[in-house]
Amino acid sequence: MGEITDGFIEAVTLIVTLNPEILEIAARSLYVSIAATLVAALFAIPLGAIIYYYDFRGKRAVINLVQTLYALPTVIVGLLVYLLVSYSGPLGFLNLLYTTNAMIIAQVVLVSPLIVGFTVAGLSGLDKEMKYTTMALNARAYRGLLTLVREAKFAILSAVVLAFGRAIAEVGAVMMVGGNIRHFTRTLTTAITLNTSMGEFATSIALGIILLTIALIVNFGVNILQNYNGRVKDE
Amino acid sequence: MKKLVSVLGIFLVLFAVIFAAGCVAAEQQEPTQLKIATTTSLYDTGLLDAVQDYYLEEFNVDLLITSQGTGKAIASAKNGDVDVLLVHSPSQEAVFIDDGYGVNHRGIAYNYFVIVGPADDPAGIAGMTPEEGVATLKALGDAGTEGITFISRGDNSGTHSAEKNIWASAGFNYTADITGCGEWYKETGAGMGDSLTTAGQLGAYILTDEATYLTYKKNNDLPLEVIIDEGTTLLNRYTVMTINPEKYPDTNVVDATAFTNWLISEDGQNFIGAFGVETYGKALFTPMSTIADSTLPPFNIDCKTPAVVPTV
Repeated sequence: MGEITDGFIEAVTLIVTLNPEILEIAARSLYVSIAATLVAALFAIPLGAIIYYYDFRGKRAVINLVQTLYALPTVIVGLLVYLLVSYSGPLGFLNLLYTTNAMIIAQVVLVSPLIVGFTVAGLSGLDKEMKYTTMALNARAYRGLLTLVREAKFAILSAVVLAFGRAIAEVGAVMMVGGNIRHFTRTLTTAITLNTSMGEFATSIALGIILLTIALIVNFGVNILQNYNGRVKDE
Repeated sequence: MKKLVSVLGIFLVLFAVIFAAGCVAAEQQEPTQLKIATTTSLYDTGLLDAVQDYYLEEFNVDLLITSQGTGKAIASAKNGDVDVLLVHSPSQEAVFIDDGYGVNHRGIAYNYFVIVGPADDPAGIAGMTPEEGVATLKALGDAGTEGITFISRGDNSGTHSAEKNIWASAGFNYTADITGCGEWYKETGAGMGDSLTTAGQLGAYILTDEATYLTYKKNNDLPLEVIIDEGTTLLNRYTVMTINPEKYPDTNVVDATAFTNWLISEDGQNFIGAFGVETYGKALFTPMSTIADSTLPPFNIDCKTPAVVPTV
């Protein structure tokens, strides 16, 4: 119990005193996870829209597969990306291992299925009539899809927020491909793992509180954005 | 609308490129980089963080230290992902060297493993040799005595190897007699710190390196005391190796050799020997150079001959 109170006090101290090492780690966590979420959203939302739009054989199976991948264990993603970017691996020549770029790649793999799946689900939640009307009104499929995606934007934005949450909270993949190297690839989650194995429980709790605070701020920001967009539309 | 989408697309691509470039640039600062794989029990003491800061300032070399357990550390070294390997598992080191992956093998420091357990020592093994101690634990455990538990790392770590050595030296066949032999013998499959916490919670005996034990004892009121701390099988020696450029020609052998030579130099040995005195009241590691001739048993490792940059 003492560790939890100590952790809380330490979290406040670390934040108030702007501890440079903690700031650096928190900034890296944010950078890696935001970059990964954006990159994933960039292709996962269109992919989800395409899966939703076209009727093809095995569509159900594809959606099932995507949903199954929600359960992808982070360590497995880490291991696969590690084997890919390791010096002996097929992408070894790129020298990506133990860099933030490798961590971003791993998190993109991790969260893309979530965004694809929730985009499909969000679009499927729209009125069927709307799909046909929109498609009939738009000569080009992608413009129709764009309209539909805008209609389902709340569901899709939630998927992106969820993806960010999974990205910033995961430890298995970034530990594996980033190596938790101080000043280079250490993130909040790998620092928590390290401090726990060093017996510095209070510091771990403090870092956990900082991570949650960051997630809170990001979610708050997204909410404001949503409300703002909603208002603009109403006017 | 179409225009807007393409503008947005271009913007996003540019954004991604700038991000990627900024990232690469940030990691190619002036200092050269030396990648080191090491084990958790060494890293968790904080020694290598101190070395990292000092080494960057003195020699303008960034030490990129990754610690992920002996098995993974050796695996990444075998894949050519690092330049230097810093471990404490004589049998695994020997295989690594024999397979041609490592050169310039030097001893840098040692300390002792200790068997820790509940303060009241329910098995009454205090003062025994490690071999007598574990044999007594097994006899009591097999007889189903209340309150006798032994926690093993069970993860092929350096510490786990040392534990297996003690069982072997006590005359047991580890796979046949020990692992899975009863309720009293539990394998955590976790790191040293986590396993110590488990042992503390269960009131169990456990083999641990002294440094991690002291760190945990200090930070968390670990309810375990040192029960056995004398015996040649308890020796815990730390060594450094450079990845053989014949296997991986692109590794940073120049900095690796310089780092090895710094570790065995007077400066490096003093640095290691002084670490921990301030925080724990005693040094966590004894420099290898304090041994008159470390090439003799039980150390069996050169710690004096300067390393020469290996060539292909």
